[in-house]
Amino acid sequence: MTILRRPFFWIIAAVIALFAVAPSVGNNVELRENLLLAAVYITLASNINMMLGYAGYVNFGSIVFFGLGGYFCVWLMSAHGWPLLAALLAGGCAVSALALLFGLGILRLRGVYFALATIGVNEGVMAFVANFGPWGGSSGIYLSPMLFQPLGGPARALWVIYYLLVGVMGLSLYLSYAVKRSKFGLGLRAIGQNEDAAAVLGVRTPRFKAAVYSLSAFLPAIAGGLYFFKSAFIQPPDAFDLQFSTETIVIAMLGGQGTVAGPALGAYLYEELRGWLLTSPTFSHFQLVIAGVLLLAIVLFAPGGLMGWLYRRWPRLRDYFE
Amino acid sequence: MLGLLASILDGVLIGAVYGLAGMGITLIWGVMDVVNLTHGAMIVAGMFGTYLLVSAAGIPVYATLPIVLVGGFLVGVPLYWIAVHRVIGQPPLMSLLSTFAVNLVLVGLGTAVWGTDLFNVPASLPGFSMGRYTFPGTHLMAAALTAVIAGVLYLFLYRTRIGKAVRAVSANREAAELVGIPTARVLAMAFGIGVALACVAGMLISTMFPFTVLSGDAYQLKSFLVTVLGGLGNPTGALVAGVALGLVEGLTTPFVPVSWTLVIEFVLFVVVLIAVPGGLMQLLRWRRS
Repeated sequence: MTILRRPFFWIIAAVIALFAVAPSVGNNVELRENLLLAAVYITLASNINMMLGYAGYVNFGSIVFFGLGGYFCVWLMSAHGWPLLAALLAGGCAVSALALLFGLGILRLRGVYFALATIGVNEGVMAFVANFGPWGGSSGIYLSPMLFQPLGGPARALWVIYYLLVGVMGLSLYLSYAVKRSKFGLGLRAIGQNEDAAAVLGVRTPRFKAAVYSLSAFLPAIAGGLYFFKSAFIQPPDAFDLQFSTETIVIAMLGGQGTVAGPALGAYLYEELRGWLLTSPTFSHFQLVIAGVLLLAIVLFAPGGLMGWLYRRWPRLRDYFE
Repeated sequence: MLGLLASILDGVLIGAVYGLAGMGITLIWGVMDVVNLTHGAMIVAGMFGTYLLVSAAGIPVYATLPIVLVGGFLVGVPLYWIAVHRVIGQPPLMSLLSTFAVNLVLVGLGTAVWGTDLFNVPASLPGFSMGRYTFPGTHLMAAALTAVIAGVLYLFLYRTRIGKAVRAVSANREAAELVGIPTARVLAMAFGIGVALACVAGMLISTMFPFTVLSGDAYQLKSFLVTVLGGLGNPTGALVAGVALGLVEGLTTPFVPVSWTLVIEFVLFVVVLIAVPGGLMQLLRWRRS
């Protein structure tokens, strides 16, 4: 196993271990809630990074996966009595399959046209769900507290959800790493640099793009299932909150698009910044504004993000990070 | 039957305004290859600009049009220098993200100031009656003003020297630079005009429908639909496509709940993008030759 000899593999493992252990020490619930949100951000940002950073395709509606995953999971549990894990997996697979279907359609579009279509996917899916009777239409679905019983009551269930989310986060990081080092990832990055040249060199561009679109849907869908299971109810405006989508893009760009460590670093920093902004009386209403200014500054002045800056400062870091 | 006809005609009147909004996007897209994701926010800016001018300054509704038009231009030009100029000629990802960032800032400021409440601009004009049905005067007025603005834009692009420079830059930027056209300034001006068109479209929509800070997204989607339907960088096509979109809306509203309109429009958007990427105008031209 050559991968075990790579330092980056162990860095990811250390991060996961830190996430798992830190809040368990002294039953620190507040820290757990913060880290839970950070884990969701890392999951979403790592997965969008595979589209944005590797293939150069911006997906403005990545939150659709998260929201639909939440809907599938909550609906399977409340209406059909499925156990949590089965509902999560089924949700992930269903959303991935749906993404493949969407992807085969809209990924024939290139560059800008694709980006526009993803905005449309979000609006369209949200309007569809808000009108879809079995999922409660615009009033959404509420979960009975009884559903927490199999996990050992609400208090223990929250810990179980947290550990599962940390697991999903870890899988996202490893997936992102594995894709980057694979031939598939090489093809994606070729698409990102010059799609025509990649096609000429034998990269099956439509198939690659559809595959990565579908792949980047799976783990966010599971994270969405866990997230909405935890809040025990789901409504279209929460599930398809465009702010989440945009924050994800800001995070990936902040950390450094195209790197594996970047989105994780960006997610942690953004979480800290957000926590500070929410408690500050002056800035609590201006979260979106600050996210926007941050994104604009990164795009205009530091398109490589934090990892790009670190690499330039200490080139030897490249031996340890991806 | 008469009801359906009235619904279609009303849809066409509203569609003309969608066409106007689409012209704003298509102009910027065609000239500088930048998809202006601030478009929705600018439409909303036009709405709230009108609201403020009418409610706070007491200016008659339709007299706000020139103010909104000039205001939009004066906002658009600096915006070009701040957010767009540095990403011209870079991969599309960069201009998408930079205009998107500006959109975030504007929407964030808007929600911080006005929240997400519903606003409306008090505008009433005598309607035009056809049997049992009455077309609201505001809809007729909006369509008429759209026709005037589109005409002026056409004259500007095809009859004036600056307009010709805009078209030259659109056709080939390097060649335009070589013959002495200050391309950066032309691009800034084109961006300003695009934003001004978005603001005016917002102003006209605000006389017809209530709006919130977040209304921009839906109208932005409609504008994109109109743009791709009409063919990229083709203002006339955008206007025709806007009318066509209004026609479709008018045709479907009697049969389908309003909340489904956006889903239908989105499906239409993707189908058009995939089936006729050159837009309907190209299809017509192709048939003719």
